[in-house]
Amino acid sequence: MKEASQKSSRWWVPWFFLLPSFAGFCTFMLLPIGASLCMAFCNWDILSPPRFIGFQNFVTLLHDRDFWSYLGNTLYFMLGIPIQMAVSLFLAILVDRKIRGIVFFRTIFFLPVVSSLIAVAMVWRWIYHPEFGVLNELLRWVGVSHPPRWLGSLDWGKPSIIIMEVWRVAGYDMLLYLAALQAIPQELYEAAEIDGANAWEKFWHVTWPMLSFVNFFVLVTRMIGGFQIFGQIFVMTQGGPAGSTTSLVYYIYRNAFEWFRMGYASAIAWVLFLLMLGVTLLQWKLGQKRQKETYG
Amino acid sequence: MVETSWIRRFLCWFLQVGHTTSRQELLRKGFKTMLLYLVLVVTAFSMLLPFLWTLSTSLKIPEAVFIYPPQWIPDPVVWENYPAAWNAVPFGRFFLNSFIVAISTTLGNVFTSSLAAYAFARLTFPGRDKIFLVYLATLMVPGQVTMIPVFVLLKNLGWIDTYQALILPGMFTAYGTFLLRQFFLTIPRELEEAARIDGCGVFQIYWRIVLPLSGPALATLATFVFLGSWNEFLWPLLVVNSMNMKTLPLGLAGFQNLYGTDWSLLMAASNMVIMPVLLLYIVNQRFFVKGIIMGALKG
Repeated sequence: MKEASQKSSRWWVPWFFLLPSFAGFCTFMLLPIGASLCMAFCNWDILSPPRFIGFQNFVTLLHDRDFWSYLGNTLYFMLGIPIQMAVSLFLAILVDRKIRGIVFFRTIFFLPVVSSLIAVAMVWRWIYHPEFGVLNELLRWVGVSHPPRWLGSLDWGKPSIIIMEVWRVAGYDMLLYLAALQAIPQELYEAAEIDGANAWEKFWHVTWPMLSFVNFFVLVTRMIGGFQIFGQIFVMTQGGPAGSTTSLVYYIYRNAFEWFRMGYASAIAWVLFLLMLGVTLLQWKLGQKRQKETYG
Repeated sequence: MVETSWIRRFLCWFLQVGHTTSRQELLRKGFKTMLLYLVLVVTAFSMLLPFLWTLSTSLKIPEAVFIYPPQWIPDPVVWENYPAAWNAVPFGRFFLNSFIVAISTTLGNVFTSSLAAYAFARLTFPGRDKIFLVYLATLMVPGQVTMIPVFVLLKNLGWIDTYQALILPGMFTAYGTFLLRQFFLTIPRELEEAARIDGCGVFQIYWRIVLPLSGPALATLATFVFLGSWNEFLWPLLVVNSMNMKTLPLGLAGFQNLYGTDWSLLMAASNMVIMPVLLLYIVNQRFFVKGIIMGALKG
């Protein structure tokens, strides 16, 4: 009798542990993923019932010039990633020293990361103000007589967002680079010194190869994040001027929640997902190849 | 003698070298270090400029904001913008909302994730590895895919403008379960075996042995979920309509729409939102840094 009850308790115990998470996971993750996939093949304005239209949304997408131009904008924003990685690495090298007060500097470089994105976006809108913003004031001071109108300009809108993003996230990747730098065995540098390497050669032949993993990791996570850029654009430019800073996620948002094209928005969301998946698979493939090259 | 003066002692302390270091070596090292500090200070100053500019603007009277060329030190310095911004929209309520949402999301996420992670790491049941694989597969799916169906679901439940709409969807992440499972696998099984022999049930082992040993992993997850929830913008934008249910990022964005060109007021509001988290970070910075490196590299 006693043994039987123990056995039955064993049977349900794992499910008791799993259930809270699994129920939520199904409701907010698994079923919505399925529903979203169905919606992508439907025409639906929320008010009337959805209508199945096959691949029509995807065909429309192929001919949607706005979609292609917003995809282009999203990729353009990613041009900032290598710049930001260079800044992060520079900061990491700068603070990778055992001198007094270095923690203070690390803390300062990290401050933008913990600042609220929306608040920071508002601050930069003011920095970029064409007449009274501090950036153009500095530019005029160094002799640029007609500085750009930044967020209000077709040419400078996207670079403005990039500059802000470099400043905003550089401190985060600095920490990752710092951890990687500190994991490099000191003996490698000593060996290089014995071979008569100068500082630049030590960086190029010892540090840089040892950073390949973290470089790779940062690049991929930043690209995945880059596909999802939204909040700063919503606050700073509303996608303008003339759609020149509209990102893919902003386009999904407008389709779904301003124009109530739920099906079309879902189709774009799936394209976004596939793009991100593509980047990850590419990373995985390259990572494997790299491992083979390194370890034979 | 100069050699034993307090300047020398200070230099040796500052450069972290022994007291027997020669004068030449001390000078050489001191010069190099000064150069490094110079670069550090210039870099730090340029990183801080946006914050200083915000502070400066927030302390100006409206007329001083549009003076050309811009003033760095406000004249006169006024504090009125802070109470004015605070009272213009219900910022207190926004803080409260953000706090309730972020804390509940964090607690809920850590609790459900750790339970599931324990099941995946230590318990055996049919289909375990398959279910875990499904969890892993969803790690890649961005929130933009699920947000439309979840929005429709919550709308049909009549949950628009409620806390549960803000909290529940953020509570269940495959990431949390994955992170904690990986950590639980590193805990030596012998500890649990010993507890079992002492008559502990499975739940007691989880609660009394596994959780207390997982402090760093739990803290990492909690930091990530809390910051993510605190700064989340897109989801609250969808499910909140009324002023009273806005979270801080949403309230701030709405504030900008209302007072679009009142820059001293806007910067006071931004500063109010930025500062509490900055102070929290500065006080706990070691903890933050550890958590971030661990969370990023394991995830």
